[in-house]
Amino acid sequence: MPFACIFVPDLPVQALLRTEPELRSQAVVVLEGETPLQKVFAMNEHARRAGVDRGMTRLQVETCADLVLRTRSLLQEDAAHAALLDCVQSFSPQVEDVAPDTVVLDLAGLQTLFGPLPKIARDLAHRASQLCLECSVAVASNPDTAMLAARGFSGVTVIPQAKEAEQLGRLPMEILFAGKQDDAESEQLVETFQRWGIHYLRELAALPSVALSERLGERGVYLQKLARGETSRTLIPLEPPLNFQEAIELEHPLVLLEPLAFLLSQMLEQLCARLSSRALATQELRLELELQTGWQNDELVDRVERGEARQHFQRTLRIPVPILDSKTFLKLLQLDLKAHPPGAPITKMHLSAEPVRPRPAQNGLFLPPSPETEKLELTLARIAAVVGEDRVGSLQLLDTHRRDGFRMQHFAMPQLAAKPRANGNSHSQQNSDDLVTALRIFRPPVAVTVNVQDGRPTHIASHKKKEIDGTILWAAGPWRSSGDWWEQDGWARDEWDIAVQQEPGIAFYRLVRDLLSGRWLVEGSYD
Amino acid sequence: MSSFPLFSIAPAGRPDFTPGSEMPARAIFVNTLRASSLPMIVPASRLAVHPAPELVSSGIRELDALTGGLPRGCLSEICGPNSSGRTSLLLAALAAATQREEACALVDVSDSFDPESAALAGVSFERLLWVRCEQKQKSCDPHRHKAAEKTGKQMEGMVEQALRVTDLLLQSGGFGLVAINLADVPFKTVRRIPLASWFRFQRAVEHTPTVLLAITPEPCAQTCATLLLKMQSESLGDGRRSLVKKPSAFCSQLSVEKSFSDTQQQVDHGNTSHTQLLEGFHVHTEILRSRVQRKPARSVTAAFTTKAVRTG
Repeated sequence: MPFACIFVPDLPVQALLRTEPELRSQAVVVLEGETPLQKVFAMNEHARRAGVDRGMTRLQVETCADLVLRTRSLLQEDAAHAALLDCVQSFSPQVEDVAPDTVVLDLAGLQTLFGPLPKIARDLAHRASQLCLECSVAVASNPDTAMLAARGFSGVTVIPQAKEAEQLGRLPMEILFAGKQDDAESEQLVETFQRWGIHYLRELAALPSVALSERLGERGVYLQKLARGETSRTLIPLEPPLNFQEAIELEHPLVLLEPLAFLLSQMLEQLCARLSSRALATQELRLELELQTGWQNDELVDRVERGEARQHFQRTLRIPVPILDSKTFLKLLQLDLKAHPPGAPITKMHLSAEPVRPRPAQNGLFLPPSPETEKLELTLARIAAVVGEDRVGSLQLLDTHRRDGFRMQHFAMPQLAAKPRANGNSHSQQNSDDLVTALRIFRPPVAVTVNVQDGRPTHIASHKKKEIDGTILWAAGPWRSSGDWWEQDGWARDEWDIAVQQEPGIAFYRLVRDLLSGRWLVEGSYD
Repeated sequence: MSSFPLFSIAPAGRPDFTPGSEMPARAIFVNTLRASSLPMIVPASRLAVHPAPELVSSGIRELDALTGGLPRGCLSEICGPNSSGRTSLLLAALAAATQREEACALVDVSDSFDPESAALAGVSFERLLWVRCEQKQKSCDPHRHKAAEKTGKQMEGMVEQALRVTDLLLQSGGFGLVAINLADVPFKTVRRIPLASWFRFQRAVEHTPTVLLAITPEPCAQTCATLLLKMQSESLGDGRRSLVKKPSAFCSQLSVEKSFSDTQQQVDHGNTSHTQLLEGFHVHTEILRSRVQRKPARSVTAAFTTKAVRTG
């Protein structure tokens, strides 16, 4: 399988020269660091011939005449690297991003499309030069040989199969350690080879393998294989970042939710189609709206700082399981925007989705019924619109003895285990002895007036709930409990169970005396 | 009402009943019905067969023995006064359903659900959807807002919320048990719920595996409820006198005598309130209506006991 490697020498310099092509014929030096401690990071061939070397200080470089000095720009280097990737990806999808200045691509199957290998290599170089990147291109039967050839030979090089050792033999030993000059092990190896008098790859290739492994170990054997062009590996393909976003800029500001829903529907369909094409789903949608405020810039900034105006409106929709239904998303967004309207006309819309792998779900014949995820989310959103967001969900008991120690959370059905469904009348049935007497809570507790005789409540009266009024027929208690005394909101109370005669019969209540405030409250009724 | 002859001289080409005819009477009768100008008459052989609903455990053995369980795809109504055991039955049913790994929903009209009692009853909260209805009050006085009574209008608003939420839950489907708790709502408000709402719920839940349970102070759903149970405690109306004169009879309701360590059987109104304990209820249940099984001539009742468990 043939591989091609594109190498851009002196990438920091070439990245700058993409915007200043008139400097190509001059000696250009790129400096890095803070003044006055700037040092030479890269230079082009003209500067190299002028005697500039890496690591020289700015002061030393300034003594040389006819040098153009520039500061290193990471932004431009990234742009040049992105352009290089775009160039090679237009030829092959199998691309490995080895280094910012080195890219390897798999040419298998491309000869029928683009022609013979030398033509492909020339086309690659030509395409790169159109992007203002002067590069070296090499084609070989394995990626490592192609990389060595691209770094060692300028221009276009095609190494026929079985001729790798012969072609690479001319290259100096330093080519094996290109890009690893700061590696201590590499420096040591270079020094070792120099001591042995090994200066070219053919000399390294000629060494006996066993003796080399005894002296340099596996690293030495690997370097020899590289010199012979005998290595073989698979490419680590480049995965482009997944970015699922849709944006619309409106000519006229939107005021109503209905046309907004129409535009959202189109954007959601596009997003879902793109996700579906990659076999992905999403469980988080972010909607960002740019609002028209009507104020001038300075005044707007002041008002935004004071919290009186907002230019951006953002809502995030999170779903417990990944789904891919644009209609469900639209309905959920509509309900959310109805509950939280933007408050100003909309001038721009931006919708993004967080891609995740879809969750495979298989219904079983013997599994108990459970609501469908999409329907459940819509139902919960509709119920929240009726009773309020914090009034619907599942509850979680908190680790406290305080009354009503729980919190509401979003309801999501747990995963069902694939086990045979038990008979509904077997283990779930309780004995009479296990049945719990339930308490019905009054929220808020009902304030009452209690007559106490000999430390025992005898009569109760309530202004709010007349049915509680009456003589206390029977009382059990008090049971004292307290807690959180180490916090600011400590509590202490005495509890009584009382029986009160009512018209239909006797009712049982839990009577509480707040020891901190002295108030009597009826907390609930036993039912 | 106009009458028409069933057997008459038929026009030419139609079957005719004449003495001596060799056609069997049944075939003649069927053919006559088919040819008659009364399309609204459906022969009994063509009537749809409604299978008996599947019954699931209510969580209480005595109640299951009495009713066979709660029917799926039907509306069941539990009614009774305060402290009659309705909520205990509701928690037992929720516990049984969540233990069957079914999703349950509780529409709590007056926000009276006690999580601690439910946890002790065995309800699994991760499978329980709790909807807390509340009518927001429009009052400028924060103190009044804090402890204000739920007025009649507010109650009606909360009942309306509950009906809308129940509609949404039944349309969504997939729930094993949907319970609407109207126990604390005054009967005069509950009886204003239109019968059409109950009928709509009954139709929505039909042919689904959902058990729809309504807890009410008095029967409201009328014929829409397939199963109607009335709960009450013993010694009602006479409890006070029983307490004074016949403490043993009253104690059958309270089971107070179980907590006494000595031989004294009378309830002591002196200074020993801290030695007494509410141990539980003795609940009396009666089937008022059941389309699940044929109701016997006399009222069928069952009794069971609940146990009070202290938390905190």
